[in-house]
Amino acid sequence: MSEKNNNIWSGQVHAALVVAKKDIRIYYMKPPVIIFGVIFPIFFFLAFAIGRPVPVADMVPGMLAMALFFTASAVGPLVTPWERQAKTYERLITSPASLGAILAGDVLAGAGFGVVFSAIPLIVGYVGVGATVSSVLPMAAGILIGAVAFSSLGVLLSAPATQSPSQIMMLANLVRLPLIFVSGVFMPITEMPVWGRAVAPFSPLSYSVDLIRAGYGEETYFPVGLSIAAIIGFSAAFFALALFFHTRGRRKAVE
Amino acid sequence: MNIILESKELVRYYGTHLAVDRVSFEVRRGEIFAFLGPNGAGKTTTVRMLTGFFTPSSGTGLINGHDIVRDPVEARRHIGVVPEEANVYVDLSVWQNVMLMAELHRIDKRTRTERGRKLLQAFDLYERRNQDGRVLSKGLKQRLMICMALVSGPDLLFLDEPTSGLDVKSARLIRDTIVRMNKEENMTVFLTTHNIAEAEQICDRVAIIDEGRIAAVDTPDALRSVVASRRSVEVTFSDGDYQSLSPEGFDGVEELKPLSQGFKLYSATPGRVAQQVAASAIKKGLEIQNIRTLEPSLEDVFVHITSGKNKRSENHE
Repeated sequence: MSEKNNNIWSGQVHAALVVAKKDIRIYYMKPPVIIFGVIFPIFFFLAFAIGRPVPVADMVPGMLAMALFFTASAVGPLVTPWERQAKTYERLITSPASLGAILAGDVLAGAGFGVVFSAIPLIVGYVGVGATVSSVLPMAAGILIGAVAFSSLGVLLSAPATQSPSQIMMLANLVRLPLIFVSGVFMPITEMPVWGRAVAPFSPLSYSVDLIRAGYGEETYFPVGLSIAAIIGFSAAFFALALFFHTRGRRKAVE
Repeated sequence: MNIILESKELVRYYGTHLAVDRVSFEVRRGEIFAFLGPNGAGKTTTVRMLTGFFTPSSGTGLINGHDIVRDPVEARRHIGVVPEEANVYVDLSVWQNVMLMAELHRIDKRTRTERGRKLLQAFDLYERRNQDGRVLSKGLKQRLMICMALVSGPDLLFLDEPTSGLDVKSARLIRDTIVRMNKEENMTVFLTTHNIAEAEQICDRVAIIDEGRIAAVDTPDALRSVVASRRSVEVTFSDGDYQSLSPEGFDGVEELKPLSQGFKLYSATPGRVAQQVAASAIKKGLEIQNIRTLEPSLEDVFVHITSGKNKRSENHE
């Protein structure tokens, strides 16, 4: 790779980090976002788990995965519409950051937020019910790569050329909620009905939950290597689609 | 390289509407270049293509030799942009807004801190550096946007209506600082404005765009010479029946425009017309309150070019 290309790449990586820092400062470090990130997945999970004859410790992987999924994909869909509304999007686009770097920054911010907040159920699970991590690698992969995949999904959902965050929220929930139900968060995939087992592989959350279960020493539905490859694949696909649709959305927005 | 910005046959469609039609011009390094045009003429669209916000439907541009279509990131590295609408981050402080732009341009910490401090001081914002963008007035936001655009030390600064809607003090501060930076740091300025007096006052060259096409590009003096017939004599009277002078009959008068207590006479020979007016007034015993000859202004040029009668015939370059 030539020196010029190296400079271009390092410049874009730097720009992505700057955008991520800006996102965290402006969009993530807000009390309502933090409260939403902590409270919503917990209560959503409890609403489905309470009353079922499942040991509390067995709920921890699902809760962790749910927290990761919600926090990593919560704000990403809204960043671009907010920036379009505030006209700050134009500022970013006319800077030396490429659209890819801007989106990568949005993904990084969401993923970082997800990873940080997934520590809460991890700690609560350990302190409260003694759920200990027995296998670090699948746990780390499930959380870290999962966070990137979910955050990329969030950024993909922000692609429609609109300045209205409410429209994007509807779309985001329409996509995210079904993914949760088919992913083995509430019950292991092996215990799902046939149709559930058939669609589970299409949700990135399925692989993340599976890896987190592996981290807690539980039996997995997919081989660990397959889960890691699948989440990496989902991350790459979501990001590529996000880049494609954002590019197209920009063209459409001004035509 | 003497040319810092070259627009090459830029075209932009919105759906089927042709907004910018084969716009070509050059901006020389170190000059202040004004881009004038009526509302909807294609000014902002042209700027947005040159700054990378829109992709041209066809044509391209070069900024410091970098193609805005093929090498947009490198082209944008050399520019600072102050858009028409305020777009500071309202949740960030004044200082954080400026530093964000410096970091996006990869300016090292020491330089950006020093430059940020100097800019905020120059634009009277340093004392407010910890205030959030949301609490700033329109004028202060405009100043902040200029600081954000300048902190990277751009070779070329795009200003889209920078003094529009501002109070006199803010507008003057912005104008004076930009002119000073242009002179001291040889920074090229591309100024889009409705304020023709502002363009006349500070710009080295002017382009006039109308209905998406470049109608004229030249120095203000050269453009004024195009409308030499718009020289005029303005005369007002203290009292009396000044209309009895019948000034339209004087030699060389091409057009008469009534004023509240007098008239304005357009002529290519305003000195001679002024003599006739004075002689006639003395003969009729009328007291002249004020009489002066006027050279055509850039506004006259603008109106002349965009009024339709000479469209697309004045392209000087």
